[in-house]
Parts: sequence; structure tokens; C-alpha cells
Amino acid sequence: MDLNTITYTVVGATFLLYIGIALWARAGTTGEFYVAGKGIHPVANGMATAADWMSAASFISMAGLIAFNGYGASVFLMGWTGGYVLLALLLAPYLRKFGKFTVPEFIGERFYSQTARLVAVICLILASVTYVIGQMKGIGVAFSRFLETSYEMGLFIGMGIVFVYAVLGGMKGITYTQIAQYVVLIFAYTIPAVFISMNLTGNPIPQLGLIGTMADGSGMDMMAKLDQVVTDLGFAQYSEQVMGSKLNMFVYTLSLMIGTAGLPHVIIRFFTVPKVKDARSSAGWALVFIAILYTTAPAVGSMARLNLMNTIQTGPVGEVTANVEYAKVPDWFRKWEATGLLQYEDKNGDGRIQYYNDKNAEMAKKAESYGWKGNEMVKVDNDIMVLANPEIARLPNWVIAIVVAGGLAAALSTAAGLLLAIASAVSHDVIKGMINPNISEKSELLASRVSMVGAIALAGYFGLHPPGFAAGTVAIAFGLAAASIFPVLMMGIFNKKVNRAGAIWGMISGITVTMLYVFQEKGIFFIPGTADVLQWEGYTKSWFMGISVNAFGAVGALINFVVAILVSKVTAEPPEHIQHLVEDIRVPKGAGAATDH
Amino acid sequence: MDSKAAQYWKANLRLLVSLLVIWFVVSYGFGIILADALNAIRIGGVGLGFWFAQQGSIYVFIVLIFFYAARMNALDREFDVHED
Repeated sequence: MDLNTITYTVVGATFLLYIGIALWARAGTTGEFYVAGKGIHPVANGMATAADWMSAASFISMAGLIAFNGYGASVFLMGWTGGYVLLALLLAPYLRKFGKFTVPEFIGERFYSQTARLVAVICLILASVTYVIGQMKGIGVAFSRFLETSYEMGLFIGMGIVFVYAVLGGMKGITYTQIAQYVVLIFAYTIPAVFISMNLTGNPIPQLGLIGTMADGSGMDMMAKLDQVVTDLGFAQYSEQVMGSKLNMFVYTLSLMIGTAGLPHVIIRFFTVPKVKDARSSAGWALVFIAILYTTAPAVGSMARLNLMNTIQTGPVGEVTANVEYAKVPDWFRKWEATGLLQYEDKNGDGRIQYYNDKNAEMAKKAESYGWKGNEMVKVDNDIMVLANPEIARLPNWVIAIVVAGGLAAALSTAAGLLLAIASAVSHDVIKGMINPNISEKSELLASRVSMVGAIALAGYFGLHPPGFAAGTVAIAFGLAAASIFPVLMMGIFNKKVNRAGAIWGMISGITVTMLYVFQEKGIFFIPGTADVLQWEGYTKSWFMGISVNAFGAVGALINFVVAILVSKVTAEPPEHIQHLVEDIRVPKGAGAATDH
Repeated sequence: MDSKAAQYWKANLRLLVSLLVIWFVVSYGFGIILADALNAIRIGGVGLGFWFAQQGSIYVFIVLIFFYAARMNALDREFDVHED
């Protein structure tokens, strides 16, 4: 069977599986639609959370980011896992004890204010929509490259699948589908990693291959070899290159961690378990399932980079025959060229490929003496590394097909979780909570399904007009969640004195400052050409202490905390019954009763 | 009852803070601030700082969560605030 047939078969089979699960796990009540009836086993919820959590960014983009940023990309690895410690220790058990359906609902009751609830809904929608854009792009890329459809067609197919199981099954359908999607994506990620680790280092366990030695007989450490290969071509040393600065890495990691803990689609997953103690352990299980991919990713990233460099620079730098002839490049090279994600330009007209860092003055000088006229790999997109990896390592076709199915599983599962968070905020918080509190269960269920359809259409629109590369967009969503939702949730539980005005102004100032910083670089609501409105004379990127836009959420969160506490100090204390509510949330006892709401 | 709830909360906070200190040290400490210094120590083919940043901190995070869950379950019973 040729690659296309196999890919269609594997992807088609997984899609049938998802739709089958959706038909079996239809939601009949709002409780099932929003929180799967609160009956999900903590290990199962952990697995669903892992799939919900690991998006196209984790699956497709992250290893690419690691491959090109080396040590600097540690911010993603620590940032996207360390948040679970915060979630398990600071939020999940208490929010589960509270026992309601949505995050804004907690904020509204704890801060006894419909305004606070509305502000939370807006923050939630901003963060979730930004996040969903990244997933849509991932789906489009995977389809266009592997199923040879257009990007738009891929997007529509993806939307159709999510439509079927998210609209029908709500949280219940999404949860069971996510469990299946986790299994697909984790196999898809680890199988090629095992092959590649085996080829390069002789060790089938990628986590050990990463710290192992080369299997080429040289006895050299894999990491030392990679460092040497990239520095010989003028690139930064892999194991030590930083992202921006150490300070930027610190703040970036912090933003991703608190953003993780503040993302509504992750938090609501902990509303689905039966007990408070399940919420604690479920976060641990989620992290176990996530860690399987996250500890594999550094091996995939480093080894993919090494393979890529070795494909192009086949021998000592400077020897003419060491640079691969364009006429003899492997198939995958041309396929990726066709997508535009990989671009080659023969600058010195020798028919060979020179891939080096021409911005490094010393290297540029050396290159000139070899007769090189600049780096000829004009574009190597981060996003292709995982998808191209099996081909670069010459793995069999069925592995490539599974990787495609895995990438789609990652994107679909996260998109569904996000869409549910958006839809439940609209139907439960806005329609039932604010516009029509007397709405019947049946009408609310219908409203939540209609909201879901609206959310899918919105996500599709942004998928067709996406800003930036997938992980970059996603990182901004974390910044928004970090700056708005996490601080008020934490203060709502840990500080009885934070009141209505404090929470509202805290959220508004946190998210506004963060958005302004982002829009100043990326354009107002990512509309091209609008950025200069917000820029002043002499504006430079990352002007605030060298902190990049993606890393800025931690600063926004700090502003949120400070404003909320200061405003609370100068305004009236929260009423007595609210302080009792906080005391009640802090102990697990009595959580069973709350599930009936 | 009230003072008992307060004690339970205090015990919880103590546990939280000590675990968050470890959380901070393995990631921000070993993985970022002290990474260069720790890289002098090798674990297999990579420096220890690099290893903590890309592997070790994640393993520690998992242990922290399960440890917290187990300790809190014990505390819940000790202070008689567990469910059912």
C-alpha cells in the first residue's frame, strides 16, 4: 500500500472510532453536558485531561521549538508541566468542593457579583479563542500535507468531526473521546521516538537516548555530537543556548505555569471527578500521562535536529562534497518544499545545499572562503519537525500514518475541550446566569449546543485567518489566562478579604496590560498593520526588561494580585456569608451534597 | 470546631509551602538560575542543569502531587473533615 492509502485508512479508522464513541456517550442532561455527570474515575479523568491539555502545540510544534532552541526551550517543558503542581495544590480540590459547572460561576459567587462573573466570561473567551486558533492551524497543516487536501478543506473536515462529538456528547462525549485520543497520540509520539533513539544511540528508551552515546561507533555523547555539529555551522550551542535571557526564561516559565493552572478548559476537567480527593490525585495522573510525552519531546527535538543537519551536511564543513546535492535530496525534502514550510534557494548556484548560520560573523567569513553565498535553507518551519521526523529517519509508512492520526487527535481533543469551555460559559454563565435564570433544563441543553456550534464557527473563521505559528499563538493564550483567571481563583480560596471590587479591577487590569503588550507587537486583535497605533517613538520588541510577549503573562498576573489586594483594602470587606463560603470550600467534607446542583 | 478547621488549614498551608519550595528549587533553581553551575556535573551525556530543565523537574513534579494527595488524605481523616 502506498503512503496515501495507509494514511487515509489510519486517520479514517480513528475518526470512525471518535464518532462511534460520540454516539454511545450522548449527553442527556446539562450535568452530563457540562461536567460528564461528575462520575469520571480519577485515572480516566487524568488521561482525558492529558489529551485535552496536549494540543497541536505540544504534539506538532514543541519538539520543533526544542530542536531549534535547545536548552532555551526548557521553558515549555517546565512551564507546561509545573502548572499541574499549582493546579493540584492550589485550585483543583477547592473548586471541585465548590461543585458547580463553570469557572466564571465560581468567580461570580465567591465575589458575589454578576459583573465579576461577566468579566471572567470575557477573559475566558479571550484566552480560549486565542488557544483554539492554534489547534485549527494544526489541523489544517496536518491535512494539507498528508491527505493532500487544501488547508481550508482540512480545516472544514476537522470542524465537522469536532462538531459531531462535542455538540452531541458535551463533556461526557468529549471525555470518552479524549481517552481514545490520548491513546492514539501517545503511541504516535513514542513509536517514532523509540525508532529514532534506537537508530542514533542504540537505546530504545528516548529519555535515556537523550543522555546516551552515539551508536555510530565514535563513542561520543549524543548531546556533545549535536553541540559540535551545530556550532561547526555557526549556530548557538544546543545544550546552552538561552531564549532571550535567563530572566526572560524565568518569567516565561512562570507565565506558562500559572497560565496552565488558569486555563478554564483544564480546570473544568476537575469538576468531572466524584470527590475532592479524586481531584487531587487526578491532577497527578494527568501529569503522569503528560510526562510520557513531555520527557520524550527533548529526545525527539535533539535527535530530529541532528538528523536534519546530517542530511544536509553529510561530512566535514568546508569540503565541497560534504554538502548534499539538491538533485539527491530525499523525498521528504521535496514534499515539505511543496507546502512552503521548507524553502531552499541555491544562492551560490553550485547545486548543493549549504545550511549554516550566516548571521554569525565568524561563520559568514569562513563560509565566504568556501564559496558559500549565504544560508540556502531560507525557511525551516518549527512545525514540520515532528511530522517530518519519521521520514527524515526513514521509518516505514505506517509510522508516518500513525503520526498524522496522532497530530490530529491532539488538535481535535484540545479544540473540543476549549470549545466546551467557551460554550458552557455562554450558555450557563451568560444565558442561564444573567439573561434568563428560569430557563428549563431542556432549553439550557439546547442553548449549550447552539453555543457550541457558534464557538466552532468562530474557531473556524480564525483558523482561516491565523496569526503567528501554532505554539506562539498558544503561548499568548497562557499569558491571558495567567493574567486574569489564575490570580482571582487563588485569592478567592486563600484570601478571605479579597472582595468584589478587588477581583473585578484585578482581572481587568491584569488582562488589559497583558493584551496591550501583546497587541503592541502583534497588532490589535492580531489584525496586521494595527500594531503601530500602540507603538511610540523608539519602540523596540520586548522593551519591558527584555521580556517577550509570550512571557508577559506573569507580569500581568502580578499586576492582578497587587491591584486586587490594594482595592480590597480600601473598599468594604466581603459579607459574612461569603467568608463562610470560603471556609466551607477549604474542607472536603460535604462535597457529595454539592454534586446535586 | 472552628479552631479545629483553622488548625487543619494551617497544616495544609505548611505542607503547601514546603512542597512549593521544592517545586521552585527544582525548576527555577536547578533548571534556570543554577543551571550553568550544575552543568559541571554530568548525568550521562548531558549537564545536570540541562537535565533538570528538560527531564528531572518533570519527574519531581509528579512525585510532589502524589505526595500532596496522600498527605492531604491523611490530614482529612486526622481532622475528621473527609468526605462521606
